[in-house]
Amino acid sequence: MALRGILRLGEVCIRVLDLAAARTHYVDRMGLIEVMSDEEDRKIYCKAWDEHDHHSIVLREADEAGLDYVAFKVYDDQTLTDLEPRIQAFGLDVSRIDAGVYPKSGRRLEFFLPSGHRMQLYAEKAQIGNTLGTRNPGVMPDEGVIRGFRINRLDHCLLGGPNIDECGRLFQEVFDFDLSERIEDEESRDSLAMFLTCSTKPHDVAFVIQPEPGRFHHVSFLLESATDVIHAADMIGKYRIPVDVGPNRHGVTRGNTIYYFDPSGNRNEVFSGGYVHYPDTPTLTWDTSQMGPAQFSQDNIARESFLTVVT
Amino acid sequence: MRYRVHLEELELDFTCHPGQNVLECMIGAGKKGIQVGCRGGGCGVCKVEVLEGEFTARAMSKAHVDEESLVRRQVLACCITPRSDLSLKVIGKIAKPIQRRCQ
Repeated sequence: MALRGILRLGEVCIRVLDLAAARTHYVDRMGLIEVMSDEEDRKIYCKAWDEHDHHSIVLREADEAGLDYVAFKVYDDQTLTDLEPRIQAFGLDVSRIDAGVYPKSGRRLEFFLPSGHRMQLYAEKAQIGNTLGTRNPGVMPDEGVIRGFRINRLDHCLLGGPNIDECGRLFQEVFDFDLSERIEDEESRDSLAMFLTCSTKPHDVAFVIQPEPGRFHHVSFLLESATDVIHAADMIGKYRIPVDVGPNRHGVTRGNTIYYFDPSGNRNEVFSGGYVHYPDTPTLTWDTSQMGPAQFSQDNIARESFLTVVT
Repeated sequence: MRYRVHLEELELDFTCHPGQNVLECMIGAGKKGIQVGCRGGGCGVCKVEVLEGEFTARAMSKAHVDEESLVRRQVLACCITPRSDLSLKVIGKIAKPIQRRCQ
């Protein structure tokens, strides 16, 4: 299968308690590029250097932390047209959002996932490039373009809520994702976490069981190498950014990872690596007898905070 | 000015230094008693009730500290800085969906 349909997680809107503190964290420290701000709506728009689209992260000042919405980019407008009745047939109400309502963006479809999260789909967004151009682009941007944690791009998100099997079914049956990995209860076989991919990555979105709907576990950014994960960890230490889990490797997805929190308590991850997934790759299953190795495979210790602290 | 923080029921004491919040002082002192979560006012696990003493607070997520909580002086330890000695009761709870299933 060539990569069509849903392409990737393209935009995440995160609620922050203090926009100035969020700017310091996401732009100054992490090194995302601020492309636009809206002082009236109290929003900042950012991208990672190697993304061509105008922005991938929206920070909105609010009185609660957490997630406003996640938006996935699809291949073309016809994909939106084709998906709308399929989402409705699954049983979700779909609203249409006109082009331009979200800045630099074409029309969107919006609906609520069975886990309580607001999700959107869009086909078009203005592209501003990665500074290299598209003809004889070379490989190295100018000094200063890649900075901070050296983030290449937005990669995936983990959402917490109930009904994660239904979310898995929606993504597999309607959006043509594959279930790459799953964590289940050893005895009841109930799903505790679902990892789904629409690409050759180990996951593009994941769900973890949480009693409350609409919880935000983390947003994750791709780095070039495990060395860059350690570099990010040094920066996180230098700037006293609260760490959830220090450098380690995930059993699930095999990524080299570090987890930390933004100034409003939203969890972030930077990671590198992981295996290549194909549509014929079998689903990998972990159970609660191996929660340590499933979560963090270098010390095989499960972190309580990792599955309980959410915004 | 340094202030003493006392955790009721746990009978635990630590010192708060100027400009530092209660939770980071507890962590810095190597003590355990209040749950450590996001440390940004977002997740709510470090919720305490201030039984005695004065403090200043920075922005906390309304999902965990609403107007009623503020009136009851139920706030997040990661977001409050003492202005006097404090006596606190730990009230934060964290949901344990996976661990609970393991038991």
